[in-house]
Amino acid sequence: MISVNQLGKRYGDIVAIDDVSFTLSKGEVLAFLGPNGAGKTTTMRILTCFMPATSGTASVAGFDVFEDAMEVKRRIGYLPETPPLYPEMTVSEYLIFVAKLKGLPRRDQPSGLKNALEKCGLGDVSGRMIGNLSKGFRQRVGLAQALIHNPEVLILDEPTVGLDPRQIIEIRELIKSLGGEHTIILSTHILPEATAVCQKVVIISGGRIVAVDSQEGLSSRIRKSEKISLHLRKFDELTIKKILAISGVMAVNDQVNSKENESYGRFIVESELGIDVRERLAQTVVESGWGLLEMKPLTISLEDVFLKLTTEEKPVDNH
Amino acid sequence: MRNIFVLVGKELRLYFISPIAYVVAMVFLAVSDFLFYNQIRFYSGLSMQMMQMQGNMPELNIHESVFRPSLMNMSIILILIMPLLTMRLFAEEKKGRTNELLMTSPITITEIVLGKFIAVMVVYLLLLVLSLHLPFVLSVAVPISWSPLFASYLGLFLMGGVFLSMGLFASALTDNQIIAAVISFGILIGLWMVSPSGHNAGDSAFKEVAGYLSLMSHLDGFVKGLISTRGVTYFISMTCLGLFMTHRVVESDRWK
Repeated sequence: MISVNQLGKRYGDIVAIDDVSFTLSKGEVLAFLGPNGAGKTTTMRILTCFMPATSGTASVAGFDVFEDAMEVKRRIGYLPETPPLYPEMTVSEYLIFVAKLKGLPRRDQPSGLKNALEKCGLGDVSGRMIGNLSKGFRQRVGLAQALIHNPEVLILDEPTVGLDPRQIIEIRELIKSLGGEHTIILSTHILPEATAVCQKVVIISGGRIVAVDSQEGLSSRIRKSEKISLHLRKFDELTIKKILAISGVMAVNDQVNSKENESYGRFIVESELGIDVRERLAQTVVESGWGLLEMKPLTISLEDVFLKLTTEEKPVDNH
Repeated sequence: MRNIFVLVGKELRLYFISPIAYVVAMVFLAVSDFLFYNQIRFYSGLSMQMMQMQGNMPELNIHESVFRPSLMNMSIILILIMPLLTMRLFAEEKKGRTNELLMTSPITITEIVLGKFIAVMVVYLLLLVLSLHLPFVLSVAVPISWSPLFASYLGLFLMGGVFLSMGLFASALTDNQIIAAVISFGILIGLWMVSPSGHNAGDSAFKEVAGYLSLMSHLDGFVKGLISTRGVTYFISMTCLGLFMTHRVVESDRWK
Protein backbone atom coordinates (compact mmCIF):
# COMPACT_ATOMS: atom_id res chain seq x y z
CA MET A 1 0.00 0.00 0.00
CA ILE A 2 2.76 2.36 0.95
CA SER A 3 6.30 1.97 -0.17
CA VAL A 4 9.08 4.35 0.66
CA ASN A 5 12.39 3.93 -1.06
CA GLN A 6 15.61 5.66 0.01
CA LEU A 7 13.78 8.85 0.74
CA GLY A 8 15.90 11.88 1.55
CA LYS A 9 15.09 15.48 2.33
CA ARG A 10 17.49 18.33 2.86
CA TYR A 11 16.80 21.89 3.89
CA GLY A 12 19.84 23.67 2.54
CA ASP A 13 22.72 22.03 4.37
CA ILE A 14 20.55 20.45 7.03
CA VAL A 15 19.69 16.84 6.37
CA ALA A 16 16.19 16.19 7.69
CA ILE A 17 15.90 12.59 6.58
CA ASP A 18 18.35 10.37 4.81
CA ASP A 19 17.85 7.02 3.13
CA VAL A 20 14.50 6.20 4.72
CA SER A 21 12.93 3.04 3.30
CA PHE A 22 10.05 0.90 4.47
CA THR A 23 6.94 -0.73 3.11
CA LEU A 24 3.52 -1.18 4.55
CA SER A 25 0.81 -3.45 3.29
CA LYS A 26 -2.90 -2.79 3.31
CA GLY A 27 -4.54 -2.67 6.72
CA GLU A 28 -1.32 -2.49 8.69
CA VAL A 29 -0.63 0.09 11.35
CA LEU A 30 2.87 1.48 11.48
CA ALA A 31 4.34 3.66 14.18
CA PHE A 32 7.09 6.13 13.59
CA LEU A 33 9.06 6.43 16.75
CA GLY A 34 11.70 8.96 17.36
CA PRO A 35 12.77 11.92 19.42
CA ASN A 36 11.66 15.39 18.42
CA GLY A 37 13.39 16.54 15.26
CA ALA A 38 14.13 13.01 14.09
CA GLY A 39 12.41 13.48 10.77
CA LYS A 40 9.01 11.95 11.50
CA THR A 41 7.04 14.98 10.39
CA THR A 42 9.22 15.49 7.33
CA THR A 43 8.62 11.91 6.18
CA MET A 44 4.89 12.33 6.70
CA ARG A 45 4.84 15.60 4.85
CA ILE A 46 6.51 13.98 1.88
CA LEU A 47 4.04 11.09 1.92
CA THR A 48 1.11 13.49 2.00
CA CYS A 49 2.56 15.50 -0.91
CA PHE A 50 2.91 18.58 1.26
CA MET A 51 6.52 18.88 0.21
CA PRO A 52 8.67 17.05 -2.32
CA ALA A 53 11.63 14.89 -1.34
CA THR A 54 15.12 15.80 -2.46
CA SER A 55 15.96 12.20 -3.27
CA GLY A 56 14.33 8.80 -3.37
CA THR A 57 10.77 7.85 -4.16
CA ALA A 58 7.61 7.10 -2.29
CA SER A 59 4.30 5.76 -3.46
CA VAL A 60 0.89 5.43 -1.88
CA ALA A 61 -1.61 2.93 -3.28
CA GLY A 62 0.60 2.55 -6.33
CA PHE A 63 0.70 6.27 -7.10
CA ASP A 64 3.94 8.19 -6.88
CA VAL A 65 3.71 11.08 -4.42
CA PHE A 66 5.42 13.42 -6.83
CA GLU A 67 4.09 12.32 -10.22
CA ASP A 68 0.48 11.57 -9.23
CA ALA A 69 0.07 13.89 -6.26
CA MET A 70 -3.66 14.41 -6.87
CA GLU A 71 -4.41 10.69 -6.81
CA VAL A 72 -2.37 10.27 -3.64
CA LYS A 73 -4.06 13.22 -1.95
CA ARG A 74 -7.49 11.77 -2.71
CA ARG A 75 -6.56 8.58 -0.87
CA ILE A 76 -4.98 10.09 2.21
CA GLY A 77 -6.39 11.47 5.41
CA TYR A 78 -3.80 13.53 7.21
CA LEU A 79 -3.69 14.87 10.72
CA PRO A 80 -0.72 17.26 10.94
CA GLU A 81 1.15 18.02 14.13
CA THR A 82 -1.05 21.06 14.68
CA PRO A 83 -4.62 20.19 13.71
CA PRO A 84 -5.51 22.43 10.75
CA LEU A 85 -8.65 24.04 12.17
CA TYR A 86 -10.53 27.23 11.47
CA PRO A 87 -11.45 28.53 14.93
CA GLU A 88 -14.36 30.60 13.61
CA MET A 89 -16.18 27.60 12.19
CA THR A 90 -18.41 25.16 14.00
CA VAL A 91 -17.32 21.55 14.12
CA SER A 92 -19.80 20.22 11.56
CA GLU A 93 -19.39 23.23 9.30
CA TYR A 94 -15.66 22.59 9.27
CA LEU A 95 -15.97 18.86 8.68
CA ILE A 96 -18.35 19.40 5.77
CA PHE A 97 -15.90 21.87 4.27
CA VAL A 98 -13.11 19.30 4.52
CA ALA A 99 -15.38 16.62 3.03
CA LYS A 100 -16.08 18.87 0.04
CA LEU A 101 -12.41 19.75 -0.28
CA LYS A 102 -11.48 16.08 -0.33
CA GLY A 103 -14.01 15.52 -3.08
CA LEU A 104 -16.53 13.44 -1.13
CA PRO A 105 -19.72 13.33 -3.24
CA ARG A 106 -22.55 15.43 -1.86
CA ARG A 107 -24.81 12.46 -1.14
CA ASP A 108 -22.10 10.83 1.01
CA GLN A 109 -21.43 13.93 3.05
CA PRO A 110 -24.12 13.55 5.73
CA SER A 111 -23.21 9.93 6.43
CA GLY A 112 -19.50 10.79 6.39
CA LEU A 113 -20.09 13.58 8.87
CA LYS A 114 -22.18 11.39 11.12
CA ASN A 115 -19.58 8.66 11.03
CA ALA A 116 -16.67 10.95 11.78
CA LEU A 117 -18.51 12.67 14.62
CA GLU A 118 -19.46 9.35 16.13
CA LYS A 119 -16.06 7.72 15.82
CA CYS A 120 -14.28 10.67 17.38
CA GLY A 121 -16.85 11.25 20.10
CA LEU A 122 -17.79 14.70 18.85
CA GLY A 123 -21.56 14.28 18.76
CA ASP A 124 -22.19 16.68 21.62
CA VAL A 125 -20.02 19.49 20.31
CA SER A 126 -20.88 19.34 16.61
CA GLY A 127 -22.58 22.73 16.75
CA ARG A 128 -19.92 24.48 18.82
CA MET A 129 -17.31 26.83 17.47
CA ILE A 130 -13.92 25.16 17.16
CA GLY A 131 -12.20 28.13 18.79
CA ASN A 132 -14.14 27.49 22.00
CA LEU A 133 -13.22 23.83 22.27
CA SER A 134 -10.60 22.41 24.61
CA LYS A 135 -7.32 21.10 23.22
CA GLY A 136 -8.46 17.50 23.49
CA PHE A 137 -11.59 18.16 21.50
CA ARG A 138 -9.64 20.08 18.88
CA GLN A 139 -7.33 17.12 18.48
CA ARG A 140 -10.38 14.94 17.94
CA VAL A 141 -11.78 17.34 15.38
CA GLY A 142 -8.42 17.06 13.66
CA LEU A 143 -8.76 13.30 13.66
CA ALA A 144 -12.34 13.49 12.41
CA GLN A 145 -11.11 15.73 9.62
CA ALA A 146 -8.66 13.04 8.52
CA LEU A 147 -11.37 10.37 8.59
CA ILE A 148 -14.27 12.14 7.00
CA HIS A 149 -13.77 10.99 3.42
CA ASN A 150 -13.03 7.43 4.54
CA PRO A 151 -9.54 7.38 3.03
CA GLU A 152 -7.57 4.24 2.36
CA VAL A 153 -4.53 5.64 4.11
CA LEU A 154 -4.41 7.60 7.33
CA ILE A 155 -1.34 9.57 8.29
CA LEU A 156 -1.46 10.85 11.85
CA ASP A 157 1.25 13.05 13.28
CA GLU A 158 1.25 12.59 17.05
CA PRO A 159 -2.47 11.90 17.29
CA THR A 160 -2.64 11.65 21.08
CA VAL A 161 -0.70 14.76 21.95
CA GLY A 162 -2.50 17.04 24.37
CA LEU A 163 -5.15 14.54 25.36
CA ASP A 164 -5.89 13.39 28.87
CA PRO A 165 -5.12 9.76 29.77
CA ARG A 166 -8.69 8.58 29.26
CA GLN A 167 -8.89 10.23 25.87
CA ILE A 168 -5.52 8.79 24.91
CA ILE A 169 -6.87 5.31 25.54
CA GLU A 170 -10.01 6.11 23.55
CA ILE A 171 -8.03 7.42 20.61
CA ARG A 172 -5.72 4.42 20.69
CA GLU A 173 -8.72 2.12 20.66
CA LEU A 174 -10.12 4.10 17.77
CA ILE A 175 -6.89 3.84 15.80
CA LYS A 176 -6.72 0.13 16.54
CA SER A 177 -10.25 -0.32 15.27
CA LEU A 178 -9.44 1.65 12.13
CA GLY A 179 -6.52 -0.61 11.33
CA GLY A 180 -7.44 -3.45 9.05
CA GLU A 181 -9.81 -1.33 7.06
CA HIS A 182 -7.38 1.57 6.71
CA THR A 183 -3.64 1.56 6.37
CA ILE A 184 -2.28 3.80 9.09
CA ILE A 185 1.00 5.53 9.78
CA LEU A 186 1.25 7.38 13.04
CA SER A 187 4.12 9.11 14.68
CA THR A 188 4.76 9.31 18.36
CA HIS A 189 7.52 9.72 20.85
CA ILE A 190 5.61 7.73 23.43
CA LEU A 191 6.74 4.13 23.21
CA PRO A 192 3.90 2.26 24.87
CA GLU A 193 1.66 3.91 22.36
CA ALA A 194 3.55 2.30 19.52
CA THR A 195 3.40 -1.15 21.02
CA ALA A 196 -0.22 -0.75 22.05
CA VAL A 197 -1.49 0.19 18.63
CA CYS A 198 0.86 -0.89 15.91
CA GLN A 199 1.96 -4.05 14.17
CA LYS A 200 5.07 -2.45 12.80
CA VAL A 201 7.44 -0.01 14.42
CA VAL A 202 10.00 2.15 12.68
CA ILE A 203 12.46 3.83 14.99
CA ILE A 204 13.98 6.88 13.42
CA SER A 205 16.68 9.11 14.77
CA GLY A 206 18.65 11.93 13.24
CA GLY A 207 16.84 11.38 9.96
CA ARG A 208 17.87 7.73 9.67
CA ILE A 209 15.98 4.55 10.39
CA VAL A 210 17.66 2.75 13.29
CA ALA A 211 15.27 -0.15 13.61
CA VAL A 212 12.30 -1.62 11.80
CA ASP A 213 10.54 -4.29 13.77
CA SER A 214 7.24 -5.87 14.55
CA GLN A 215 5.59 -5.25 17.88
CA GLU A 216 6.62 -8.70 19.18
CA GLY A 217 10.17 -8.24 17.98
CA LEU A 218 10.40 -4.95 19.75
CA SER A 219 9.04 -6.17 23.03
CA SER A 220 11.28 -9.23 23.05
CA ARG A 221 14.20 -6.97 22.31
CA ILE A 222 13.12 -4.88 25.22
CA ARG A 223 12.59 -7.53 27.88
CA LYS A 224 14.37 -10.83 28.08
CA SER A 225 14.52 -11.21 31.84
CA GLU A 226 13.77 -9.58 35.15
CA LYS A 227 16.75 -7.86 36.65
CA ILE A 228 17.39 -7.00 40.26
CA SER A 229 20.16 -4.80 41.52
CA LEU A 230 21.62 -6.02 44.80
CA HIS A 231 23.99 -4.16 47.11
CA LEU A 232 25.74 -6.11 49.88
CA ARG A 233 28.07 -4.84 52.58
CA LYS A 234 30.28 -7.90 52.38
CA PHE A 235 30.37 -11.04 50.33
CA ASP A 236 32.49 -14.14 49.80
CA GLU A 237 33.25 -16.59 47.00
CA LEU A 238 30.12 -18.55 47.86
CA THR A 239 27.80 -15.62 47.29
CA ILE A 240 27.31 -16.10 43.58
CA LYS A 241 26.88 -19.82 43.95
CA LYS A 242 24.30 -19.40 46.68
CA ILE A 243 22.31 -16.86 44.76
CA LEU A 244 22.37 -19.03 41.65
CA ALA A 245 20.92 -21.83 43.71
CA ILE A 246 17.72 -19.91 44.23
CA SER A 247 15.15 -21.29 41.85
CA GLY A 248 14.37 -18.96 39.01
CA VAL A 249 17.70 -17.15 39.01
CA MET A 250 19.38 -17.38 35.64
CA ALA A 251 22.55 -15.39 36.10
CA VAL A 252 24.42 -13.22 38.53
CA ASN A 253 26.58 -10.49 37.21
CA ASP A 254 29.29 -9.31 39.56
CA GLN A 255 31.28 -7.35 37.02
CA VAL A 256 29.93 -4.15 38.37
CA ASN A 257 31.72 -4.58 41.69
CA SER A 258 35.11 -5.54 40.34
CA LYS A 259 36.24 -2.17 39.06
CA GLU A 260 35.73 0.66 41.47
CA ASN A 261 35.40 0.76 45.18
CA GLU A 262 32.29 2.77 44.93
CA SER A 263 30.25 -0.05 43.56
CA TYR A 264 31.80 -2.63 45.84
CA GLY A 265 29.30 -5.28 46.70
CA ARG A 266 26.94 -4.65 43.85
CA PHE A 267 25.43 -7.49 41.84
CA ILE A 268 22.86 -7.81 39.14
CA VAL A 269 20.64 -10.81 39.52
CA GLU A 270 18.79 -11.97 36.43
CA SER A 271 15.80 -14.20 36.77
CA GLU A 272 13.26 -15.71 34.46
CA LEU A 273 10.57 -13.51 33.07
CA GLY A 274 7.58 -13.29 35.40
CA ILE A 275 9.25 -14.81 38.44
CA ASP A 276 9.85 -12.59 41.42
CA VAL A 277 12.83 -13.88 43.36
CA ARG A 278 13.19 -10.92 45.70
CA GLU A 279 11.74 -12.59 48.77
CA ARG A 280 13.95 -15.66 48.47
CA LEU A 281 16.94 -13.52 47.63
CA ALA A 282 16.49 -11.37 50.71
CA GLN A 283 16.13 -14.46 52.86
CA THR A 284 19.34 -15.96 51.51
CA VAL A 285 21.26 -12.74 52.02
CA VAL A 286 20.07 -12.29 55.57
CA GLU A 287 20.68 -15.92 56.51
CA SER A 288 24.23 -15.73 55.16
CA GLY A 289 24.85 -12.49 57.04
CA TRP A 290 26.10 -10.49 54.05
CA GLY A 291 24.42 -7.31 55.14
CA LEU A 292 21.71 -6.27 52.76
CA LEU A 293 22.09 -2.59 51.93
CA GLU A 294 19.86 -2.29 48.90
CA MET A 295 17.74 -4.36 46.61
CA LYS A 296 15.70 -2.92 43.77
CA PRO A 297 14.20 -4.25 40.56
CA LEU A 298 15.77 -2.85 37.42
CA THR A 299 13.06 -2.18 34.93
CA ILE A 300 14.43 -2.05 31.44
CA SER A 301 11.74 0.15 30.08
CA LEU A 302 10.80 0.76 26.52
CA GLU A 303 12.38 4.11 27.01
CA ASP A 304 15.76 2.51 27.71
CA VAL A 305 15.70 0.58 24.48
CA PHE A 306 14.53 3.62 22.68
CA LEU A 307 17.34 5.68 24.12
CA LYS A 308 19.86 2.99 23.31
CA LEU A 309 18.70 2.85 19.74
CA THR A 310 18.41 6.54 19.21
CA THR A 311 21.51 7.80 21.00
CA GLU A 312 24.64 7.81 18.95
CA GLU A 313 27.14 7.39 21.78
CA LYS A 314 26.76 4.51 24.16
CA PRO A 315 24.43 5.45 26.97
CA VAL A 316 26.02 5.83 30.39
CA ASP A 317 25.79 2.60 32.31
CA ASN A 318 23.72 3.36 35.35
CA HIS A 319 23.74 -0.06 36.99
CA MET B 1 -13.79 24.08 -10.95
CA ARG B 2 -15.89 22.61 -8.15
CA ASN B 3 -12.92 22.92 -5.84
CA ILE B 4 -12.72 26.64 -6.52
CA PHE B 5 -16.28 27.13 -5.35
CA VAL B 6 -15.74 25.04 -2.24
CA LEU B 7 -12.94 27.42 -1.34
CA VAL B 8 -14.92 30.51 -2.33
CA GLY B 9 -17.70 29.36 -0.03
CA LYS B 10 -15.33 28.84 2.86
CA GLU B 11 -13.59 32.20 2.41
CA LEU B 12 -16.88 34.08 2.17
CA ARG B 13 -18.09 32.31 5.27
CA LEU B 14 -14.98 33.35 7.16
CA TYR B 15 -15.36 36.95 5.97
CA PHE B 16 -18.94 37.13 7.16
CA ILE B 17 -18.78 35.16 10.40
CA SER B 18 -15.90 37.31 11.54
CA PRO B 19 -16.41 41.07 11.79
CA ILE B 20 -13.87 41.87 9.02
CA ALA B 21 -16.30 42.31 6.15
CA TYR B 22 -18.75 44.35 8.23
CA VAL B 23 -16.11 46.67 9.68
CA VAL B 24 -14.46 47.24 6.33
CA ALA B 25 -17.83 47.91 4.66
CA MET B 26 -18.90 50.29 7.41
CA VAL B 27 -15.71 52.32 7.35
CA PHE B 28 -15.64 52.39 3.57
CA LEU B 29 -19.22 53.57 3.31
CA ALA B 30 -18.97 56.10 6.14
CA VAL B 31 -15.86 57.77 4.72
CA SER B 32 -17.01 57.76 1.11
CA ASP B 33 -20.45 59.04 2.09
CA PHE B 34 -18.88 61.86 4.03
CA LEU B 35 -16.63 62.85 1.13
CA PHE B 36 -19.56 62.57 -1.24
CA TYR B 37 -21.64 64.82 0.97
CA ASN B 38 -18.85 67.42 0.95
CA GLN B 39 -18.69 67.21 -2.81
CA ILE B 40 -22.43 67.83 -3.07
CA ARG B 41 -22.25 70.78 -0.71
CA PHE B 42 -19.51 72.22 -2.84
CA TYR B 43 -21.50 71.54 -6.01
CA SER B 44 -24.69 73.12 -4.71
CA GLY B 45 -22.73 76.19 -3.57
CA LEU B 46 -21.26 76.42 -7.01
CA SER B 47 -24.67 76.14 -8.68
CA MET B 48 -26.01 78.92 -6.45
CA GLN B 49 -23.20 81.19 -7.56
CA MET B 50 -23.78 80.32 -11.17
CA MET B 51 -27.45 81.08 -10.81
CA GLN B 52 -26.76 84.45 -9.26
CA MET B 53 -24.42 85.25 -12.12
CA GLN B 54 -27.25 84.29 -14.49
CA GLY B 55 -24.73 82.44 -16.58
CA ASN B 56 -25.55 79.38 -18.54
CA MET B 57 -23.57 76.58 -16.99
CA PRO B 58 -21.36 75.09 -19.65
CA GLU B 59 -18.95 73.24 -17.42
CA LEU B 60 -21.23 72.41 -14.56
CA ASN B 61 -22.16 68.80 -14.96
CA ILE B 62 -23.10 66.58 -12.10
CA HIS B 63 -20.97 63.66 -13.20
CA GLU B 64 -17.89 65.82 -13.70
CA SER B 65 -18.25 67.85 -10.53
CA VAL B 66 -19.71 65.35 -8.08
CA PHE B 67 -19.11 61.79 -9.20
CA ARG B 68 -15.69 62.15 -10.75
CA PRO B 69 -14.01 63.63 -7.66
CA SER B 70 -16.03 61.39 -5.33
CA LEU B 71 -15.11 58.24 -7.16
CA MET B 72 -11.45 59.24 -7.23
CA ASN B 73 -11.69 59.78 -3.46
CA MET B 74 -13.33 56.42 -3.16
CA SER B 75 -10.43 54.77 -4.94
CA ILE B 76 -8.02 56.30 -2.42
CA ILE B 77 -10.12 54.88 0.42
CA LEU B 78 -10.03 51.54 -1.36
CA ILE B 79 -6.23 51.61 -1.43
CA LEU B 80 -6.33 51.99 2.33
CA ILE B 81 -8.87 49.28 3.08
CA MET B 82 -8.34 46.63 0.40
CA PRO B 83 -5.12 45.35 2.00
CA LEU B 84 -7.14 44.74 5.15
CA LEU B 85 -9.41 42.41 3.22
CA THR B 86 -6.60 40.49 1.54
CA MET B 87 -4.04 40.33 4.34
CA ARG B 88 -5.57 37.31 6.01
CA LEU B 89 -6.07 35.15 2.92
CA PHE B 90 -2.78 33.28 2.97
CA ALA B 91 -1.08 34.66 6.08
CA GLU B 92 -3.81 33.35 8.35
CA GLU B 93 -3.72 29.90 6.77
CA LYS B 94 0.00 29.72 7.32
CA LYS B 95 -0.17 30.95 10.89
CA GLY B 96 -3.01 28.56 11.78
CA ARG B 97 -1.29 25.72 9.90
CA THR B 98 -4.44 25.21 7.87
CA ASN B 99 -2.36 25.52 4.71
CA GLU B 100 -1.26 21.98 5.48
CA LEU B 101 -4.86 20.88 5.00
CA LEU B 102 -5.23 22.77 1.73
CA MET B 103 -1.93 21.60 0.32
CA THR B 104 -2.61 17.96 1.13
CA SER B 105 -6.12 18.00 -0.31
CA PRO B 106 -6.87 17.16 -3.93
CA ILE B 107 -6.97 20.78 -5.00
CA THR B 108 -4.40 22.52 -7.19
CA ILE B 109 -2.56 25.68 -6.24
CA THR B 110 -4.24 27.46 -9.14
CA GLU B 111 -7.62 26.52 -7.69
CA ILE B 112 -6.57 27.73 -4.25
CA VAL B 113 -5.36 31.09 -5.59
CA LEU B 114 -8.42 31.58 -7.78
CA GLY B 115 -10.81 30.51 -5.03
CA LYS B 116 -9.39 33.04 -2.63
CA PHE B 117 -9.29 35.74 -5.27
CA ILE B 118 -12.87 35.20 -6.37
CA ALA B 119 -14.07 35.22 -2.75
CA VAL B 120 -12.46 38.55 -1.99
CA MET B 121 -13.71 39.94 -5.32
CA VAL B 122 -17.23 39.02 -4.25
CA VAL B 123 -16.76 40.96 -1.02
CA TYR B 124 -15.40 43.87 -3.00
CA LEU B 125 -18.29 43.74 -5.45
CA LEU B 126 -20.61 43.90 -2.49
CA LEU B 127 -18.88 47.06 -1.27
CA LEU B 128 -19.31 48.64 -4.70
CA VAL B 129 -22.96 47.67 -4.85
CA LEU B 130 -23.52 49.15 -1.41
CA SER B 131 -21.84 52.38 -2.47
CA LEU B 132 -24.36 52.65 -5.31
CA HIS B 133 -26.82 54.07 -2.78
CA LEU B 134 -25.10 57.43 -3.33
CA PRO B 135 -26.16 57.91 -6.99
CA PHE B 136 -29.55 56.37 -6.23
CA VAL B 137 -30.23 58.83 -3.43
CA LEU B 138 -28.97 61.70 -5.54
CA SER B 139 -31.06 60.65 -8.51
CA VAL B 140 -34.17 61.44 -6.49
CA ALA B 141 -33.19 65.11 -6.53
CA VAL B 142 -31.19 65.51 -9.71
CA PRO B 143 -31.25 63.77 -13.07
CA ILE B 144 -28.17 61.61 -13.37
CA SER B 145 -26.49 60.28 -16.48
CA TRP B 146 -26.10 56.60 -15.74
CA SER B 147 -23.84 55.57 -18.57
CA PRO B 148 -20.64 57.36 -17.45
CA LEU B 149 -21.44 56.11 -13.97
CA PHE B 150 -21.56 52.57 -15.29
CA ALA B 151 -18.17 53.09 -16.93
CA SER B 152 -16.79 54.46 -13.66
CA TYR B 153 -17.99 51.49 -11.67
CA LEU B 154 -16.61 49.10 -14.26
CA GLY B 155 -13.27 50.90 -13.86
CA LEU B 156 -13.45 50.63 -10.09
CA PHE B 157 -14.30 46.94 -10.32
CA LEU B 158 -11.40 46.18 -12.65
CA MET B 159 -9.03 48.26 -10.57
CA GLY B 160 -10.18 46.32 -7.51
CA GLY B 161 -8.93 43.19 -9.25
CA VAL B 162 -5.45 44.70 -9.34
CA PHE B 163 -5.65 45.79 -5.69
CA LEU B 164 -6.84 42.41 -4.52
CA SER B 165 -4.48 40.29 -6.58
CA MET B 166 -1.53 42.36 -5.34
CA GLY B 167 -2.85 42.02 -1.81
CA LEU B 168 -3.15 38.28 -2.27
CA PHE B 169 0.45 38.20 -3.43
CA ALA B 170 1.57 40.16 -0.36
CA SER B 171 -0.37 37.80 1.88
CA ALA B 172 1.27 34.76 0.32
CA LEU B 173 4.70 36.16 1.15
CA THR B 174 4.38 35.99 4.92
CA ASP B 175 2.54 34.42 7.82
CA ASN B 176 2.11 37.77 9.50
CA GLN B 177 -1.05 39.63 8.55
CA ILE B 178 0.32 43.06 9.44
CA ILE B 179 3.38 42.55 7.26
CA ALA B 180 1.09 41.39 4.45
CA ALA B 181 -1.02 44.54 4.79
CA VAL B 182 2.02 46.83 4.85
CA ILE B 183 3.51 45.18 1.77
CA SER B 184 0.28 45.55 -0.15
CA PHE B 185 -0.04 49.19 0.93
CA GLY B 186 3.43 49.65 -0.50
CA ILE B 187 2.57 48.00 -3.81
CA LEU B 188 -0.75 49.84 -4.22
CA ILE B 189 0.54 53.26 -3.24
CA GLY B 190 3.53 52.64 -5.50
CA LEU B 191 1.28 51.84 -8.46
CA TRP B 192 -0.82 54.87 -7.64
CA MET B 193 2.10 57.24 -7.34
CA VAL B 194 3.96 56.24 -10.50
CA SER B 195 1.97 58.73 -12.48
CA PRO B 196 2.68 61.95 -10.55
CA SER B 197 6.38 61.16 -10.40
CA GLY B 198 6.23 60.43 -14.13
CA HIS B 199 4.68 63.83 -14.81
CA ASN B 200 7.42 65.56 -12.91
CA ALA B 201 10.16 63.75 -14.74
CA GLY B 202 11.35 65.52 -17.84
CA ASP B 203 12.29 62.33 -19.68
CA SER B 204 9.44 61.61 -22.05
CA ALA B 205 10.05 57.86 -22.38
CA PHE B 206 9.94 57.44 -18.62
CA LYS B 207 6.88 59.62 -18.50
CA GLU B 208 5.11 57.43 -21.01
CA VAL B 209 5.97 54.19 -19.25
CA ALA B 210 5.08 55.58 -15.85
CA GLY B 211 1.86 56.99 -17.23
CA TYR B 212 0.92 53.59 -18.57
CA LEU B 213 1.80 51.83 -15.32
CA SER B 214 -0.18 54.21 -13.18
CA LEU B 215 -3.46 52.98 -11.82
CA MET B 216 -4.73 56.49 -11.42
CA SER B 217 -4.43 57.58 -15.02
CA HIS B 218 -6.25 54.47 -16.23
CA LEU B 219 -8.98 54.80 -13.66
CA ASP B 220 -9.43 58.44 -14.57
CA GLY B 221 -10.34 57.45 -18.11
CA PHE B 222 -13.07 55.13 -16.85
CA VAL B 223 -14.36 57.69 -14.38
CA LYS B 224 -14.67 60.19 -17.20
CA GLY B 225 -16.96 57.68 -18.84
CA LEU B 226 -14.46 56.20 -21.25
CA ILE B 227 -14.19 52.43 -21.51
CA SER B 228 -10.95 51.89 -23.38
CA THR B 229 -9.42 48.58 -24.36
CA ARG B 230 -6.13 50.06 -23.18
CA GLY B 231 -7.52 50.47 -19.70
CA VAL B 232 -9.27 47.11 -19.61
CA THR B 233 -6.12 45.40 -20.85
CA TYR B 234 -4.04 47.18 -18.26
CA PHE B 235 -6.24 46.24 -15.33
CA ILE B 236 -6.73 42.65 -16.39
CA SER B 237 -3.07 42.06 -17.16
CA MET B 238 -2.01 43.58 -13.83
CA THR B 239 -4.52 41.34 -12.06
CA CYS B 240 -3.16 38.30 -13.85
CA LEU B 241 0.36 39.34 -12.94
CA GLY B 242 -0.64 39.53 -9.28
CA LEU B 243 -2.32 36.13 -9.40
CA PHE B 244 0.62 34.60 -11.23
CA MET B 245 3.09 35.91 -8.68
CA THR B 246 0.86 34.58 -5.89
CA HIS B 247 0.83 31.17 -7.53
CA ARG B 248 4.62 31.19 -7.78
CA VAL B 249 5.06 32.16 -4.14
CA VAL B 250 2.64 29.51 -2.88
CA GLU B 251 4.27 26.88 -5.06
CA SER B 252 7.77 27.87 -3.94
CA ASP B 253 6.76 27.49 -0.29
CA ARG B 254 6.54 23.76 -0.87
CA TRP B 255 10.16 23.59 -1.95
CA LYS B 256 11.65 25.41 1.00
